[in-house]
Amino acid sequence: MSSKVRAQRHEMPKQAPDKRIKNFSEVTLGYTPELAVAEASRCIGCPKKPCVSGCPVGVDIPEFIALIAEGDFLGAAKKIKEKNSLPAMCGRVCPQESQCEAVCTLGKKGNPVAIGALERFAADFERLHADPLAEAQSSDLSMGKVAVVGSGPAGLTCAAELTKLGYKVVLFESLHATGGVLRYGIPEFRLPKDIVDEEVEYVKRQGVEIRLNVLVGTTVTLDELFAQGFDAIFLGTGAGLPYFLGVPGENLNGVYSANEFLTRTNLMKAYQFPEYDTPVSVGKRVVVVGGGNVAMDSARCALRLGAEKVAVVYRRSRTEMPARLEEVENAEEEGIEFMFLSNPVRILEDDKGWVKGMECIRMELGDADDSGRRRPVPVPGSEFILDVDTVISAVGTNPNPLLIRTVSGLALGRRGNVIADDETGMTNIPGVFAGGDIVTGSATVIAAMGAGKLAAHGIDEYVRTKNGRGM
Amino acid sequence: MYRILKKEILAPKIKLIEVHAPEICSHAHPGQFIVLRMHEKGERIPLTIADSDPVAGLLTMVFQEVGKSTTELGTLNEGDVIQDIVGPLGTPRDIRKLDCVICVAGGVGVAPIYPEAKAYHKIGTKVISLIGAQTKDMLIFKDRMEQVSDEVYYSTDDGSFGHKGFVTEVLDDLLREGLCPDEVVVIGPLLMMREASRVTAKYGVKTIVSLNAIMVDGTGMCGSCRVTVDGETKFSCVEGPAFDGHKVNFDELIARQRRFLAEEKLAMEHYLAGAGGCKCHQK
Repeated sequence: MSSKVRAQRHEMPKQAPDKRIKNFSEVTLGYTPELAVAEASRCIGCPKKPCVSGCPVGVDIPEFIALIAEGDFLGAAKKIKEKNSLPAMCGRVCPQESQCEAVCTLGKKGNPVAIGALERFAADFERLHADPLAEAQSSDLSMGKVAVVGSGPAGLTCAAELTKLGYKVVLFESLHATGGVLRYGIPEFRLPKDIVDEEVEYVKRQGVEIRLNVLVGTTVTLDELFAQGFDAIFLGTGAGLPYFLGVPGENLNGVYSANEFLTRTNLMKAYQFPEYDTPVSVGKRVVVVGGGNVAMDSARCALRLGAEKVAVVYRRSRTEMPARLEEVENAEEEGIEFMFLSNPVRILEDDKGWVKGMECIRMELGDADDSGRRRPVPVPGSEFILDVDTVISAVGTNPNPLLIRTVSGLALGRRGNVIADDETGMTNIPGVFAGGDIVTGSATVIAAMGAGKLAAHGIDEYVRTKNGRGM
Repeated sequence: MYRILKKEILAPKIKLIEVHAPEICSHAHPGQFIVLRMHEKGERIPLTIADSDPVAGLLTMVFQEVGKSTTELGTLNEGDVIQDIVGPLGTPRDIRKLDCVICVAGGVGVAPIYPEAKAYHKIGTKVISLIGAQTKDMLIFKDRMEQVSDEVYYSTDDGSFGHKGFVTEVLDDLLREGLCPDEVVVIGPLLMMREASRVTAKYGVKTIVSLNAIMVDGTGMCGSCRVTVDGETKFSCVEGPAFDGHKVNFDELIARQRRFLAEEKLAMEHYLAGAGGCKCHQK
């Protein structure tokens, strides 16, 4: 293959913006086998494999890409699953541009290999073509019994990994459906829920038992779980209470946390109201405050729910936005307006307790803060009013306190996050491990998966030592 | 899946159901609630635990049919199933021995106040219960409340039983006459809890109200149930549902309860026109 061909990255086909803003179907449509083979053939198979070290779960990226290039799509999926139990989801929502693709050798000369799109292709191909019953199943689960709390990306990965290591796992979820943020947070058009269902089914087929509607800490306590014979417990309870803006008017009707807006829309399927019972009311003019993926998801949901105009207000500039570039571009294509270097000051009220506007102030970037990003500073006298009737606050979440407040003696960090060992994932309480947003605060799906996997090995070592089996 | 083992019609549109939920019952404390979802398309409905038997594992819930979801819940019969129930949720009430408490309940609020009255009564606190309803027919849990109360006063809006007028008037009378409770517990409609809190504030009596804010998950994730207490935003589902009645911004909460009125009306119309309505033309 000539170097000219190698330089051209194959983009996935997408639904046209004017069509997709009227539905909740997936935006990106995935590669055809021909496109996948062509894209996979771009990989030069460089000996250093920087991409593998760029992957938080260490997927053997060049190997699976080579299998795709050879046309062995099922083999590619199997190769990915050696390290990653949830590839159809990761292929869709991982920020590859800042991980594996960021360090791809081809990236230095132009466009990196589309690793995420290829991962997605292999996983989707397997889902459609492989016989699920033919998968190798972990039959011997006699190493011990582990309770995993929370069925989001950290919990699912920890559970799947523990099963591979020979443990019987019971996965507890407080909601009526599995997946955590994959279910309630990320919208259907970015991660279809039948993909989540299928990957959860895969984890179940590995022998994981799932118990829904159990709020560990109150429905059953950690002490009771240990008394029931669990050797270890993994806490993957995720982010919790949403922050609000801290400005006057935040409790007016028409102000949502992104969590409420997205939970109503995604978990409760309010976009199919009244066929589904849970409503969500989206006004004509919506403003979303924040610059992360959650803000992009909220803005794009609002558009699909029928808002006439949707704007995103972010206090820093475009380059500091934590959202994935791909999602920002998708949002822009869909007609979402961005107002950078702007920050809310107060929300204005009509005479019936509803939002009728939001006052903002212009910001400018000052010196760098702790995060290394330049700190936004208000410009005095630059206030302006946005004519909106709905405000969605997407400015982050606290760690969920519900479980951790029931565990006496659990060491917590300054922000109420659980402190877990970097190497093993163990907390200060022997046998209690933690990972994901409950430890780090709001982060990414793949970071949570990495933490779940790391903790699974920490648990394995702990239980072996405890039961006198050695390594 | 939770099968309904018992159903009772307590009053017009007020129903009691009982399910087997041993894990919830063995951990439930007065003041806590559950969230249930009837079926795949259902809403998550928060209901205060009206009673729980940790030995038999029986969980009792009482609800009034007000919108689509509670109306549909009311159509379920013994033997039918509820798909999801999670709990116990919320912060348990701090119930300790006092000399005297007044329990003020309005309408369907009698059911959630019952476990609190029962808990106070059990540890030897004098319980004076004030129960209000629109009419005599709408009075519920009369026998249960009498069993756990030292004195019970009734009021009805139409005077068909007990004092004619509001239960908060009875409260005002008792406090004016010199009754000095350590605490007043109020559960009922928001307007009634707001008024009761105004009354007790006059006499400087500690007052606990239990808020029935609109919730989705009920586990602190969404913030739908937020309420301003003493100038701070609190989540009813995690930090409540019980709060100091003198510090709750009731006016804001009353406005917030109207957030989905238009959608609730639409849902009810959709329901009555469809599955829940007349089935005589269907085969």
